[in-house]
Amino acid sequence: MTHRILIADDEPNIVVSLEYLMKRAGYEVLIARDGQEAIDTIRRERPQLVLLDVMMPGKTGFDVCQELRADEALNGTLVLMLTAKGRATDIEKGLGVGADAYMTKPFSTKDLLAKVAEMLAAR
Amino acid sequence: MKASDKGRIAALVAPGVLIALFAMGGGAWLWTTLEPAERDTIGGVLQTRGMLLVVVGLALWGLASWALNHLYAQHVTAAARLLEQARSRVNGDVAHPVEPAGASAVRGLAETVNALVEQRRRLDSEMAVKVAEAARHIDQERQRLAALMSELTQAVVVCNLDGRILLYNNRARMQFKALSSAPELAGGAELIGLGRSIYSVFERRLVAHALENIQQRLQRGAAHPAAQFVTTTRSGQLLRAMMTPVHAAEGGGQIHGFVLMLDNITREFEQDSARDALLHGFTEGTRAALGNLQAAVEMLEMPDLDHAMRERFQAVVRDEVQGMGRRLAELDKRGAQDLSTRWPLEDMLGADLVAAAQRRLEGAGLRVAADEVDRTLWLKIDSFSLLMAVASLAQRLADEYEVKRIELRLSAAPARDGDDRAVPRAHLDLLWVGRAMSTETVIGWETEPMRTGSESSAMSVRDVVQRHGAEFWFERERVRQAAFFRFLLPLAGAQQALDADTFVRSENRPEYYDFDLFAQTESSRALDERPLAELSYTVFDTETTGLNPSEGDEIIQIGATRIVAGKLRRHECFEQLVDPQRDIPAVGIPIHGIEPHMVRGQPTIDTVLPAFHAFAQDTVLVAHNAAFDMRFLQLKEQRTGVRFDQPVLDTLLLSAVAQPNQELHSLEAIAQRLGVTVIGRHTALGDAIVTAEVFVKLVSLLQSQGIRTLGQAREAAQKTLYARLQY
Repeated sequence: MTHRILIADDEPNIVVSLEYLMKRAGYEVLIARDGQEAIDTIRRERPQLVLLDVMMPGKTGFDVCQELRADEALNGTLVLMLTAKGRATDIEKGLGVGADAYMTKPFSTKDLLAKVAEMLAAR
Repeated sequence: MKASDKGRIAALVAPGVLIALFAMGGGAWLWTTLEPAERDTIGGVLQTRGMLLVVVGLALWGLASWALNHLYAQHVTAAARLLEQARSRVNGDVAHPVEPAGASAVRGLAETVNALVEQRRRLDSEMAVKVAEAARHIDQERQRLAALMSELTQAVVVCNLDGRILLYNNRARMQFKALSSAPELAGGAELIGLGRSIYSVFERRLVAHALENIQQRLQRGAAHPAAQFVTTTRSGQLLRAMMTPVHAAEGGGQIHGFVLMLDNITREFEQDSARDALLHGFTEGTRAALGNLQAAVEMLEMPDLDHAMRERFQAVVRDEVQGMGRRLAELDKRGAQDLSTRWPLEDMLGADLVAAAQRRLEGAGLRVAADEVDRTLWLKIDSFSLLMAVASLAQRLADEYEVKRIELRLSAAPARDGDDRAVPRAHLDLLWVGRAMSTETVIGWETEPMRTGSESSAMSVRDVVQRHGAEFWFERERVRQAAFFRFLLPLAGAQQALDADTFVRSENRPEYYDFDLFAQTESSRALDERPLAELSYTVFDTETTGLNPSEGDEIIQIGATRIVAGKLRRHECFEQLVDPQRDIPAVGIPIHGIEPHMVRGQPTIDTVLPAFHAFAQDTVLVAHNAAFDMRFLQLKEQRTGVRFDQPVLDTLLLSAVAQPNQELHSLEAIAQRLGVTVIGRHTALGDAIVTAEVFVKLVSLLQSQGIRTLGQAREAAQKTLYARLQY
């Protein structure tokens, strides 16, 4: 079965690459441009995994993650945080609010693909 | 009759009596042994020659008396006199020697006493010299300390354990001014002042906590414990305080008070935060951009990429590269602004710099004009290196271009459109009329090491300019056929404007300390029972539009000064004109000298009174004919919401108590009687100062009448008031 992945990021410059990358790897890709849209899309489309950017207008990635974990129905969604916030405290917070993994920009797309595959396999 | 006289009379009379008794006794005894015939014979002889015996007796008496008198004078009287004189020497009269008189032993004694007296006199005077020297030494040290303190660029406040301020310096004054909620009116004087409580600025618990910390560390054996705390003040400023304990002089590790060194770190903190945010923003922004770039580049490397997608990824790369360029430029610009804070630059009045440069160039034999100088500009500069740069340029002009006359100009740099640099700048021009020079020469002068006369420096003009984050160039002024070098220098920021005030005031170094306050402890006694000499006073005076506040007369000026620990603190004063929001009757103007235009634009009583109230907090109010001034204050209580409920003393009534036999108790009359020089009368502050000086003298007069406490003074004043009313 094809996994469904949501890319939640407000920066089109990364979205375009991620979208291409994921589609090419055979995933079904959804896009959200801010935190609220991400939540709505997850509720509606139930993706298995979210590539979640921390710095988004309105609701941040931290907020989105927290909301997912608070909701029984969405609790199972895998969250991979992708962010430019690279301080130890940020990573701690990301994992603290419930992210399954955390990758700091810049990252290699190969590593990202491997990570996504690993997370989905372990599910 | 003196005892010595009695003794002397006894000495004179006694031989006569003895001779008479001896003669009579001897005669009587002889008589009894005689036969009747013999008795007749002797009786006959006595009858005819008896007088002879009497004369012999008297002569004997005289002789004996003379001898005794002499002996008495030599031994007894002289000894007694010596005793008296010696006693008075014991009591401290060492200026006059005793007079040697009488018998040789007594004389010898007198001379010995004199030798002792002389020894004592020498000791006394040596002691006096030593005491005076020590006192001078202590005074000098205090002066030196005060001088040192007032020059310190860090704010220092010394308090006793009750938090009362014993010492503060100029910088502290300035800092507190920045903290004042009424900076224009009280100027921080309501917060800082000898004897005032530091707890009006810092929370008591904060200070107590820091003290406790120090005490604990002391107990653990720390040699120099200090505590630090940062606090925000009521006016929103960020203060960092470093506390060190003051130990009792006797040692024993007991804490007597504490020293606070204060830094207003608001600006520093803001700068740090801004720099931090800038750096942080740059890091994250770059990281994100790199992430986008890397992903796009990796996609571009995919072999199966179609043309449209390739275009898109290439667009991403272009976009991100441009974005990173923009961010870098932004950081560069902001960094340049920040640079000005790296080298320790001082704030200096531009006019002072020009004057210093003028002196220096004139010293080198140039004629210097400085007519176009903006005297309001405060520069942020390293004056030493900048003066060197100016002097070296002038010297080369004189040496190589035979320029004899130079003009210095200082003006604010006009803000240019599109120039969003936050630091305002000034032009400092070095202008001369004559030959212009080539660009190569200018570059040479700018980059070669500086030289003036015998001095030379490893630095070039360009180094100096860079140190200031400044610019430097050469320009021609064709109209005047002149040329000039221009320095574009940074101006001091807004906070430095505060400093200006202190420079004006620091000409005579005020008394910022009183260590006697160490001994004062917060008394639990009621105010009424506290000695007059120990209390703090706010002595004030008001000028008004007229005499009837209930009929619409208003205050137009309040002046006040403080008395702490028995001394007038002239520099801790309050002086404010007040807009009465009504006309000022012409009849009063010759008295108070306040014309209507002077109060226009001044604050109204609604803002002045709360500031004055803060200034007077924790003190006893003193005024001459206080009832008059108090009525004006009380009538405003409701409107301004401040109540003056502290005790009030009236110099008019106290004068009547201290000098009940005088008829006149006007301020002038009292001042004259008490030897107070009256200057600047009939300004509120002038009158307040005279009143304060009078009050200080009255307090000591009252003390000699047994009136020592506030309660006693109030009671005595009450009585005279009643006495006067009954009149």
